[in-house]
Amino acid sequence: MTDTTSTMGAVVRPRSIHADDAAKARLKKRYAAEQRFKWLGAIAIAISALFLVLLLSTIVTQALPALRMNYITLPVDLSSAKVDPGALDSVNYDAVIQEALAAKIPDASSRQDRRLVRGMISTGAGLQLRQDIAKDPSMLGKTVDYAVPVDDFADLYLKGLLAAKGSIAPLQSTVTVSADSGDVDLGFDKGDILTFAHAAGATEGENGVLNLTSGAASLLLEIDGGIIKLTQVSPAANGGSTAKGTVIVRPQGTAQAASGAAKLRVIDAPESSRKISDKEIVWLEGLKGQNLVESRFNTIFFTGGASREPELAGVWGAVVGSFLTMVVTLAIAFPIGVAAAIYLEEFAPKNRWTNLIEVNINNLAAVPSIVFGLLGLAVFLNFFGLPRSAPVVGGMVLALMTMPIIIIASRASIRAVPPSIREAALGIGASKVQTVFHHVLPLAMPGIMTGTILGMAHALGETAPLLMIGMVAFIVDIPGGFTDPATILPVQIFMWADFPEPGFQQKTSAAILILLAFLIIMNAIAVILRKRFERRW
Amino acid sequence: MNKLLLTASAAAFALAASAGYAAARDQIQIVGSSTVFPFTTAVAEKLGQGGKFKTPVVESTGTGGGIKLFCSGVGESTPDFTNASRAIKESELETCKANGATPVEIKVGFDGIVLANSKAGTVVDLTKEQIFKALAKNVAVDGKVVPNPYVNWSDVDASLPATKIEVLGPPPTSGTRDAFVELVMVEACQDEVKAANEKACPEIREDGAFIEAGENDNLIVQKLEANANAFGIFGFSFLDQNADKLQGHKVDGVEPTFENIASGDYKVSRSLFIYAKKEHVGVIPGMEEFIAEYTSDAAWGPDGYLADKGLIPLPDAERAKSAEDAKALKGMGS
Repeated sequence: MTDTTSTMGAVVRPRSIHADDAAKARLKKRYAAEQRFKWLGAIAIAISALFLVLLLSTIVTQALPALRMNYITLPVDLSSAKVDPGALDSVNYDAVIQEALAAKIPDASSRQDRRLVRGMISTGAGLQLRQDIAKDPSMLGKTVDYAVPVDDFADLYLKGLLAAKGSIAPLQSTVTVSADSGDVDLGFDKGDILTFAHAAGATEGENGVLNLTSGAASLLLEIDGGIIKLTQVSPAANGGSTAKGTVIVRPQGTAQAASGAAKLRVIDAPESSRKISDKEIVWLEGLKGQNLVESRFNTIFFTGGASREPELAGVWGAVVGSFLTMVVTLAIAFPIGVAAAIYLEEFAPKNRWTNLIEVNINNLAAVPSIVFGLLGLAVFLNFFGLPRSAPVVGGMVLALMTMPIIIIASRASIRAVPPSIREAALGIGASKVQTVFHHVLPLAMPGIMTGTILGMAHALGETAPLLMIGMVAFIVDIPGGFTDPATILPVQIFMWADFPEPGFQQKTSAAILILLAFLIIMNAIAVILRKRFERRW
Repeated sequence: MNKLLLTASAAAFALAASAGYAAARDQIQIVGSSTVFPFTTAVAEKLGQGGKFKTPVVESTGTGGGIKLFCSGVGESTPDFTNASRAIKESELETCKANGATPVEIKVGFDGIVLANSKAGTVVDLTKEQIFKALAKNVAVDGKVVPNPYVNWSDVDASLPATKIEVLGPPPTSGTRDAFVELVMVEACQDEVKAANEKACPEIREDGAFIEAGENDNLIVQKLEANANAFGIFGFSFLDQNADKLQGHKVDGVEPTFENIASGDYKVSRSLFIYAKKEHVGVIPGMEEFIAEYTSDAAWGPDGYLADKGLIPLPDAERAKSAEDAKALKGMGS
C-alpha cells in the first residue's frame, strides 16, 4: 500500500532524466528527425520515379510513330510485256512502280513533276517488289494491287510530324479561271483573298500587288475538283481582286466556282522551308482521298537491316549482331569465369599470390571499357589477324570485360554455400572434385547465373569497346555467322541518332525501347532464378 | 550437365580463336570521315541493292583515323577506301607510299558550314570579321589584344540584335570545327591578334558564349529549336534536312543555299574526298563498281540521290574530270 502511494507520488515529480521536459523535447526532436528522414526518402524516390516516367514517356511517345508506316496501294502491271518472267533480274522494277503511280497522278506531266512523284515513294520499293515476286511468282502476268512504302518525308507528313500542317477556309468570292492548265489568271468578285494573302505574309509590290512566291505561306485554291497554287494577288477596280496562279490539279468542269464553293487551303510554313512541296502535299492528299494510302504495322523496322533511308531501316541486323556477340561472350566468359571462381574459392591455397590475383580481378572489374577495346584492337586484330567488325572479336572483347564480374559473383555465391555441405560430402567419402561439382556448384548455381545474366546485360549495352574493333559501322547485310561484319543494338541507336534525316528520330526511340525490353527481360530472368532456386541456410 | 557445358564452351572458344581469316574478303571495307559517312553509306547501300556484291561496310572513324588505317598497308586486313573531309596531307601520303599503298583521290563534292538558328529567332547578316569578333578567345579593342569582352551581338556591331552571344558548335575533335576555324577564324583574324601571337587566331572563347555541343549535330538542332536566341554551327546537310525548323544566315552577304555553295559564292565550304586503294582494285570484288556508282550522275549529280542527302555537287566540268580520273584509277604521286 505504502509502496503504491510512494510510486503514485513519484509520478508527479520528475523521476529520471528520461521523463523530464528536456527529455520530451529531445524525444520530439528525434521523432521529428525520423519523420524528416522518411519524408526526404519518399521525396527522393518520387523524384527518381518522376524522371523515370518522364524518360520512358518521352521515348515511348517518340517511338510510337515508328511502329506504323504508310503505304500507297497501286495497281502494278506485272504482265509479261512489262515484267519478263524469263529475265526477272534485268527488269527495272522501279520503273514499273513509277508508271503505276504516274497513272494515278495524271497532272504531273513535266519532267520536274515526274521527279517529284518519284520522290514520294521509297527508293527501296523496286527492290521490295523484286523480292516479293521471287517469293510469290503467281503475282506475275497480271495487274495486282501492290502496297508501296512511301518516302520518309511523305511518311512524316502523313503522320503529321512535319511542320506543314494546312488548314482549309471557305472563300466568299465567286471565282473564274482563265484556263485549265499551266499558268492561269483568276478573277474574284470580292476582296477576301487579299486578306488571306496579307495573313500569309506576302510581299507587297507596286499598286498593291501581293507576291506570294518567296517566304510566304502557300495558298492553294481548291476549285471544281482542281487545285491552283496562287503566286500573286492584286486588288481590282470593282472591289474584287485578281490573281495569278499555277494549276497543280486540273479543274474538271467549267473552272468557275460560285460564291462559297471555292475553298482555300493555307499551309503556313513557306514552301522553301519545307522538305515536302505543295505539289507533293496536294498529290498525297489526293491519293488519300482515293483511299489508296494505308497505315500499316511497320514490319520492315523489325525485319530489315540498316539503311540510309529512314523508311527502309530496321533493327533486325543489329539484333542478330547483338545475339551473335552475346553468344561468343557467354561461351567464353561463363566457363572461364566459373572455373576461375571455383579454383580460387575451393582449391587455391591462400597465399600472397592468390591475394594478388584477387586484387587484380577486382581491379579488372573497374577498368574503363574502352581499354578492353584497345586491347582487342592490339591483340585480336593486329596480332591474331582476326577480321574487323566481326561478332567473334566483339564477343571476345566483351567476354574479357564481363569475366571479372562473373568471377566475383560466382565466388560470393560459392562462399555462401555452408561448409556443412562440403564436410558432409567429404565425410561420406566424396573426393574434393566430386564435392564441388556434385554439391557445392549446383547449390551455388542460382547465384552464379544471376551474376552472369547481370554481367551479360551490362555487356549488351556497351559500345565503347567495340568502337576500336570496327563494330561501330554501317552494315546493311544481316550477319549470317560469327565472322560476318555485324553491328549491335546500342551502336545502331547511336548511328541513327547521328543521321540528319528527321525520320530517324522515331526509329532511334523505337530501337531504344527494343534494347530496354531485352535488358528488362534479362534482369527479370535473373530475379526469377534467384527467387525460385536460391536456397538460404 | 556441367561437364557438357564446359566441353561445349571450350569447343566454342577454340573455334572462335582458330576461326582465322582464311576466306578471302569479298566485302568492301570503308573507313574515315564522319562528314562523308552519310553519303558513302548511301552509295554503299545502292551497290548492295544491285545484288551482285555484298554491301560495303562503312565505319565512321574521322578523317585522320581513317587515313591512318587506310595507309597502314596493303592486304585484306586494311580498308579499301577512306572518306576524308580534307585532302590527304603530304606526310600521310608518304606513310601510305612507304607502306605500299597508292591512294586514288576522288573529289566527290562540297560541304557548307552554316550558322543557323531557330525559325523563331531573328535573321542576321554577318561578316566573317563579326563572327571572329564574337567567337575568338582574344580580340583587338582599340589596338590592344584583350580577352573577348563582348557579351551581346550588339557589342560586336551596332547593326546586330541586342541578344546574348550564344553559339553551339562542334568540339575541337570534329572535322567541322577544323574547317570552321580555318575558313572563318583564321581567315578573318584581326591583324593585331595575328601580330601578337599567330597561334591565337584559331582559338575560340571558352567563357560560355561558345558552347561545345558534342559531335552529334542533331543535338545542336534540337537545342536550337528549344532556344530561339542561340545560334548553331554545323554542316549544310543538317540545315537542309531540318529546313522546316531552322534558318541559315548570310555570311558576307551570301545565303547558305545549295546553289550558292555549289557555285562557290558561299565561302564557308570545304571539299569532300574519298580515297581508293589502287592495289586492292581487282582483288576485292566490287571496287570498280563502287567507284562507278559513286561517280555516276544518278548519285553525285545535281539531281542525284546524294544531293538529296545534302551533298553539294561539284561543277559540271570538274565532276566530269573527277569521274574520268577515278575511272582511270590515277594514283597519287605515281
